[in-house]
Amino acid sequence: MSVVIVLILASLALGLIFLGAFVWAVRSGQFEDTLTPAMRVLAEERTEKFPETKPNQTKMKNA
Amino acid sequence: MFSDSSTNTISRKRIACFHCGELCPDGSFALEDKAFCCFGCQTVFSLLRENGLEQFYQLQAAPGTRIRSAAALAKWTFLDDPTVTRQLLDFADEQRAKVTLHLPAIHCVACVWLLENLFKLHPGVGKVLVNFARREAAISFAPNQIKFSELAALLASIGYEPQFTLGETEKAKPSPLAKKTWLQIGLAAFGFGNIMLMSLPFYLGLDSFNGPWFKALAGWLSLALTLPVVTFSAADFWRTAWFSLRQRALTMEVPIALGLAAIYLSSVWEVLAQRGPGYCDSLCGLIFFLLLGRLFQRKAHERLTFDRDYKGFFPLSVVRKTETGEESVAISRLRVGDKIILRNGELLPADAKLVSAGAWVDYSFVTGEAEPVARETGAHLYAGGRQVGGAIEVEILKPVAQSYLATLWDNEAFRKNRDNDLDSLTNRYSKRFTKLVVGVALAAAVFWIFKDAGKSLKAFTSVLIVACPCALALAAPLTHGTAQRILARWKIFLKNALVIERLAEINTIVLDKTGTLTTADARGVNFVGAAALSAEEQSWIASLARHSTHPNSVRVARALDASPLSVKHFQEIPGCGVMGEVVGRKIQLGSRAWISAGVGGDGAFSVAGSVFVAIDGKVRGAFALENSLRPEVEKLISQLGGKYELALLSGDNECEAARFQKIFGDRAVLKFNQSPADKLNFIRELQQRGKKVMMVGDGLNDAGALAQAEVGVAVVEQVGVFSPASDVILDAAELPRLAQVLQFAKNSTRVVRAGFAVSALYNLVGVSIAAAGWLQPIVCAILMPVSSATMVLFACGTTAWLGRGLRVEKSQVAGSARANFQPSTFNLQPIVKEAA
Repeated sequence: MSVVIVLILASLALGLIFLGAFVWAVRSGQFEDTLTPAMRVLAEERTEKFPETKPNQTKMKNA
Repeated sequence: MFSDSSTNTISRKRIACFHCGELCPDGSFALEDKAFCCFGCQTVFSLLRENGLEQFYQLQAAPGTRIRSAAALAKWTFLDDPTVTRQLLDFADEQRAKVTLHLPAIHCVACVWLLENLFKLHPGVGKVLVNFARREAAISFAPNQIKFSELAALLASIGYEPQFTLGETEKAKPSPLAKKTWLQIGLAAFGFGNIMLMSLPFYLGLDSFNGPWFKALAGWLSLALTLPVVTFSAADFWRTAWFSLRQRALTMEVPIALGLAAIYLSSVWEVLAQRGPGYCDSLCGLIFFLLLGRLFQRKAHERLTFDRDYKGFFPLSVVRKTETGEESVAISRLRVGDKIILRNGELLPADAKLVSAGAWVDYSFVTGEAEPVARETGAHLYAGGRQVGGAIEVEILKPVAQSYLATLWDNEAFRKNRDNDLDSLTNRYSKRFTKLVVGVALAAAVFWIFKDAGKSLKAFTSVLIVACPCALALAAPLTHGTAQRILARWKIFLKNALVIERLAEINTIVLDKTGTLTTADARGVNFVGAAALSAEEQSWIASLARHSTHPNSVRVARALDASPLSVKHFQEIPGCGVMGEVVGRKIQLGSRAWISAGVGGDGAFSVAGSVFVAIDGKVRGAFALENSLRPEVEKLISQLGGKYELALLSGDNECEAARFQKIFGDRAVLKFNQSPADKLNFIRELQQRGKKVMMVGDGLNDAGALAQAEVGVAVVEQVGVFSPASDVILDAAELPRLAQVLQFAKNSTRVVRAGFAVSALYNLVGVSIAAAGWLQPIVCAILMPVSSATMVLFACGTTAWLGRGLRVEKSQVAGSARANFQPSTFNLQPIVKEAA
């Protein structure tokens, strides 16, 4: 019956992974604004994304 | 003869601006095939196109905002003042700064897109993140490339003027729904799910297959998983229960905490004694549902502020006159004796003396008087007035905090705190409930001591566990939370869920007149004359009226809205009217006395509150300017009149008394010339006679009454902008819904009572079994989640179903309301056609 222990541990581990993901999502602010991202996605298709390396942006980061 | 010209004007009028969608008054602003209503809109369009931001117009038709005032950089220079900057910026160093700005103009997908692409307009702007619900944009920028003031000016130039108010700098911004709440719910859900999984064999009676070690393992694991849920997720329950015990009040939290503690301790005992796995699954489930109920209640309207004091209405800066010129200065730095300049529409922040020639001051916001009043040099002006027309210069007489407006807030009505209402429905029930449950538990324990001492403790804890008022605690938050969200969908925002209970108890409704029942827009402009105005005559009069900033002229010009012609020999005689020559015709527009004195006889048009017109020295007729009722107000009043005691309070004069007495009926009390303090006292008198009063108002003049009333309802033209402290914020277009809202609140409260009845039934059955000592752990474990789940379904389901009624009626009426909201331009059309 030791397989039950393995199963319980596996399910707990899985649960903890999801809990960790949830905690990360909350900490990174994903629950702060649930409205705007839904709107942003409508525009995203037809526009180029926000440039990752913009000249002034990099300057600001380096500073 | 003018059928051609009139159709022309109509077809031209219907062209909507490509940028903002407002009707173009004439075709003078156009670029390629696109028409614009003004130069501002055209400029923004060119700017966006040059920078490759044309997609703005593809995301939404006419997404822009009309640029109302010329964007002068000077207006924003106060932002570069280090003390102001420090208060407003979230973060700043030499190269980087971050600021969160309130941009009320944000209204659509295209706005979000454009603002987040702001970096294309200026190299100094970095990442922009818009929060649509709060109408905020978090902007990173490089202060060495773009100054804060320049950033504000840039935003204003494309139609998103940042709004700064004095209140913002002085207190911390309200934090959004805390991350902690989400974490607490997540952890409770995690514990609930996993413990339930382990308890499943016990529910089904399968645990004997695995032998006793499994029982111990499941028990210890459950206890371990429950510990963080009890300590972290349920932390608020312990705290508030302890707090209310110390205040010797039996709030809902006391029986909840008592139940939670009983469940956890008896679970620990069961595991230690190796009797079973305990009730940890039920415990976590309970905490999860309770937190969910709180989330429902708390996740209200993040962008609304319900507790504004006067500082929330004041701008952050004014233009101060110096020896060398003008400078923009923060209001907090304003000193007595400073001379400041107020332009059209700007609010006077402190009591002051008028220095320049003449002023038209609109006190509607403070006193409720509909018409602006004329003031001469040297006059004492009260804070809260708005200058209408040209710029004026005033000298500050009193510090901002001691002005007339600020003293209004010293009234005790503003100091009461009703948020922690101990007298709510739930608390009244919980008080009786707690006493009863503890009594039954003790009685059962005492009874079993004599019969079978071993069962005594079990009976005691079983009663506490089963009676745990989960269903009771869930009924009110879930019902009220659902009701609150349904109302928010119809632009009726409640400060908190308790307001619903107070709404249901209302028996007297007091309404403000100006701005609440009436609007002073162009719809109330009607021409009275021997013959209707021709399209030509309309354009002559409009052209003349346009040159004056007098509020009456502005209203007439807006109502006519014809294409402008050039005006010669324009003259404005203060207190009388305006005159000038349009295409060789002499046009006069002004007061009855002035026109009749000038031309001899007034043509016998006696119209109240009117502007008279003379063409070529002959009286042509008069424009009646009335404060038009909002659509369906009469229907609303008759609906309310049957059920509630009504009263009307107005800061305005009595000229419209007869009209309103007819609408309100004979029984209603109508009071005019009411000062803000009079209004507050009137409400207080009603309350002393035992009335439960709802005050419906819009301006600062109602602020005291709104705070004093059981429920204060602020009527606003634009949600999220400018509203006095209140319990309910109502979009003006939804005013006709008021009767339904009150009925809905009553029904919701009935749902809560029904929920209490259901929970009482559960408890009656459960507690009697428990007190008898018959309760099997399995029955207990199943009964508790089931009772919570039924409560969730019952409360949310019934309330949503009740809300559907609101939705159906709403969509029907929305159509007719829109029909009433025809733009002003068409007001005069039938007259023109009749004449034709």
